[in-house]
Amino acid sequence: MLSITINQLPFELPPGSTLQDAVDLFGAKPPFAAALNLNFIPKTQYAQTPLKSTDEIELISPITGG
Amino acid sequence: MSTHNPKPLHPCDASQPNTSMVLYGESFGSRMMLGTSRYPSPQILKECIESTRPAFLTVSLRRQLPSTQQTPASNVFWDLLKSAGTPLLPNTAGCHSLEEVIATAEMAREVFETDWIKLELIGDDYTLQPDTLQLPLAAQTLIQKGFKVLPYCTEDLILCRKLVDVGCQAVMPWAAPIGTGKGPMNPYALRMLREHLDVPMIVDAGLGLPSHAAQVMEWGFDGVLLNTAVALSQNPLLMAKAFDQAVKAGRMAHEAGAIEAQDTPQASTPVLGTPFWHQS
Repeated sequence: MLSITINQLPFELPPGSTLQDAVDLFGAKPPFAAALNLNFIPKTQYAQTPLKSTDEIELISPITGG
Repeated sequence: MSTHNPKPLHPCDASQPNTSMVLYGESFGSRMMLGTSRYPSPQILKECIESTRPAFLTVSLRRQLPSTQQTPASNVFWDLLKSAGTPLLPNTAGCHSLEEVIATAEMAREVFETDWIKLELIGDDYTLQPDTLQLPLAAQTLIQKGFKVLPYCTEDLILCRKLVDVGCQAVMPWAAPIGTGKGPMNPYALRMLREHLDVPMIVDAGLGLPSHAAQVMEWGFDGVLLNTAVALSQNPLLMAKAFDQAVKAGRMAHEAGAIEAQDTPQASTPVLGTPFWHQS
């Protein structure tokens, strides 16, 4: 199994999983954007982005800001 | 540098006061930008937006909760933004490194569908002061990636000059640390900056009173960005209107060209013909 984090929370995925699989597992709801190991990944590339153990994913959404 | 009332940097047309603010070639009818945080409720924020029609609303991005923890209220803010009809200015608040800034800005561009970005690169978590040493490189990198960068910076002239050199078409110097409401802490430095660098400048952070906003507008700054001063006031809607009028008044005063302050009194009423006057 792949051991990754999403928003610093631990998740496990089968080998060969992609970023899209991680997003689906997390249950992310639009609007959101993703970064993998501090690199922005466009939505169009989620399914083509393979994951490995220790990968860190950030899924972030709009909030208020100053 | 004169300590007296500044004259307009550019010739002003008396028939067209309060000219639009131009940033990166785009015109904005308002010179006020409004942050969206810390309001008592979304409804009050909505009323402030509708009442003042700011040039931009600043927004941010934070980690989404797992689906098991999300509530229907999670999308209230997003729905408000979509219906506000106001340009959005995402920020990179909370970023401490170039990598974080770049990733956050690119994620913001995808979510908010805009190239505008308020660059925040924080150097100290207590003062929330910008990391002035890394700021020019961060700005340059974002500009090369096609962003329209509005950098949150200090009032340091050399820093602002470097930001302009790397391609920033505007700068946003602070008046005081974020959320303090102190108003301009270093008027000399702010006025020196205004007099020596001819790019749009928006005073961002630390304003507390409408008179602070009017003051910096009188000095020739092009706009202000407010959040806490409005959101945490006792009546945010009234305060938003007060700031809106103060920004307009300050800009008009700047364009009108104020008198020079002087030490010697001069009677306003003509002396000639004063009744009961006798030659002594």
